[in-house]
Amino acid sequence: MDVSAQHDASNSNVGEIMQAIAEHKGCGTTGGSGKASCGSSAGQGDLPTEIWEKVKNHPCYSEEAHHHYARMHVAVAPACNIQCNYCNRKYDCANESRPGVVSEKLTPEQAAKKVLAVASTIPQMTVLGIAGPGDPLANPEKTFKTFELISQTAPDIKLCLSTNGLALPDHIDAIAKFNVDHVTITINMVDPEIGAKIYPWIFYKHKRYTGYEAAKILTDRQLQGLEMLTERGILCKINSVMIPGINDQHLVEVNRAVKSRGAFLHNIMPLISAPEHGTVFGLNGQRGPSAQELKALQDSCEGEMNMMRHCRQCRADAVGLLGEDRSAEFTTEKIMAMEVKYDSETRKAYQEKVEEERVAKVAAKQEELAELAGASSDIKVLVAVATKGSGLINEHFGHAKEFQVYELSTAGAKFVGHRRVDLYCHGGYGEEDSLETIIRAINDCHAVFVAKIGGCPKADLIKAGIEPVDQFAHEYIEKSAIAWFRAYLDKVNSGEITHVERGDAAIRQGALISAA
Amino acid sequence: MPFKIIASQCTSCSACEPECPNVAIREKGGTFVIDPKKCTECIGHFDEPQCVAVCPVDNTCVIDTSLPRYQPPA
Repeated sequence: MDVSAQHDASNSNVGEIMQAIAEHKGCGTTGGSGKASCGSSAGQGDLPTEIWEKVKNHPCYSEEAHHHYARMHVAVAPACNIQCNYCNRKYDCANESRPGVVSEKLTPEQAAKKVLAVASTIPQMTVLGIAGPGDPLANPEKTFKTFELISQTAPDIKLCLSTNGLALPDHIDAIAKFNVDHVTITINMVDPEIGAKIYPWIFYKHKRYTGYEAAKILTDRQLQGLEMLTERGILCKINSVMIPGINDQHLVEVNRAVKSRGAFLHNIMPLISAPEHGTVFGLNGQRGPSAQELKALQDSCEGEMNMMRHCRQCRADAVGLLGEDRSAEFTTEKIMAMEVKYDSETRKAYQEKVEEERVAKVAAKQEELAELAGASSDIKVLVAVATKGSGLINEHFGHAKEFQVYELSTAGAKFVGHRRVDLYCHGGYGEEDSLETIIRAINDCHAVFVAKIGGCPKADLIKAGIEPVDQFAHEYIEKSAIAWFRAYLDKVNSGEITHVERGDAAIRQGALISAA
Repeated sequence: MPFKIIASQCTSCSACEPECPNVAIREKGGTFVIDPKKCTECIGHFDEPQCVAVCPVDNTCVIDTSLPRYQPPA
């Protein structure tokens, strides 16, 4: 069955609407030279329609979609064929959120049941990915059996997988056969000298390779696999882990290499290296980047291609919107007890409502942007937003587990990242500590937009130079942020306030806690 | 009859199972075990024992010193 064709047909009206809007608003090319970021951020922009159709409901491939649509990973692929210094397969804590970690493995049959259960409970769940906890293509039988079962029972769900690329060239036909139209390859280097510092070994053709030789085989296979996929029109996202002092400068070169081979999106993620994870990098004191370092690298690559900045580095069994994790609701025990009826009509109706919301949101932003049209200023500021999804400022300051960060300029509001502020494994932290954590996480922001905020944190934020903004409660994020920025510029121009740059901010290493 | 898996270190990732040329590895009680009667140390199949080469935790697939080494047929 042609999954993509069916999917396209069900969304053709929405596609037309979105396309009309995209044509109306144009693309955010005001940033100067090179490629605009609109491919992954706003609407269709300058994307060809067939690609827009593939990404518009995929929360990982479209920043705009990630406010509305959810994904799930099924942990059917425990084996891996390489070793990375940022990964430790032994560690599994339910409060731990990072790639490579899961609470329980599933058989393909259990996975298929879980997908139906989640899809029936969360109608905006549009994407099923296999990301491990090992490498999907080191477990080809389990991976493709799972895809086969799901394409039979829930054909409207998009399939994707995330691989280290070593085995990729051997499985291109199977990937195409099951209509997997999104493949993510983790590429941290194109220079084996650098690769030798990241990968202690690989297992290839019945042999363990180490050092330069291992990294050389890996990079050759990754780039070959990428070329083979893009030749077939399969969308490729490249994930790169930014490891300061090892590959941070080099990732600009990686960016050029993958761009030239047709990759669609590049996702540069900060290294997670807390010592308690027990990884090589965690134990040898290798630090991750600061928020400013990460953003600077992402900005410098953006001239070349679309950058993903909304990745939450989720677990291989994550369920829900990218900023949330509902996997605890769907343990194998609970799923097997569930009576599941897959109702594609209800899902479709729900998703049509979501599309209406999206259209309204984009229209509201356009209106506000038109108001800003006359302004000219070099000022750029970051603001943090507390949201539960749907593109709205709809989360209480004290309940936020993360803040989304937007860069505001006369070009408009651009999503540039997110900051986790939840507490690691609950206990041991007082409220004061939690506020300090939040301030450190959004210290580079001029303002924080919330649905509601108490008096005490409000005063402390003001003291830290971050303006708490609650007058846009339950309104659209981008429209509100642009309106606030307009007022900010007016105040600067009238001399009422002086614009000052903010400092750096910390990227949190801890866990995303679903129960919090 | 030589390799064994140290259960307390096994992550149960299953990587070794399909690599074994003798189909000597299976899951048992949450981790993987090697059937000592089937294991040939990969002699005659590969240059290095496959379970050792693919295992993500060093020193988890080890020679079982309580048993005599595998003797390939002459």
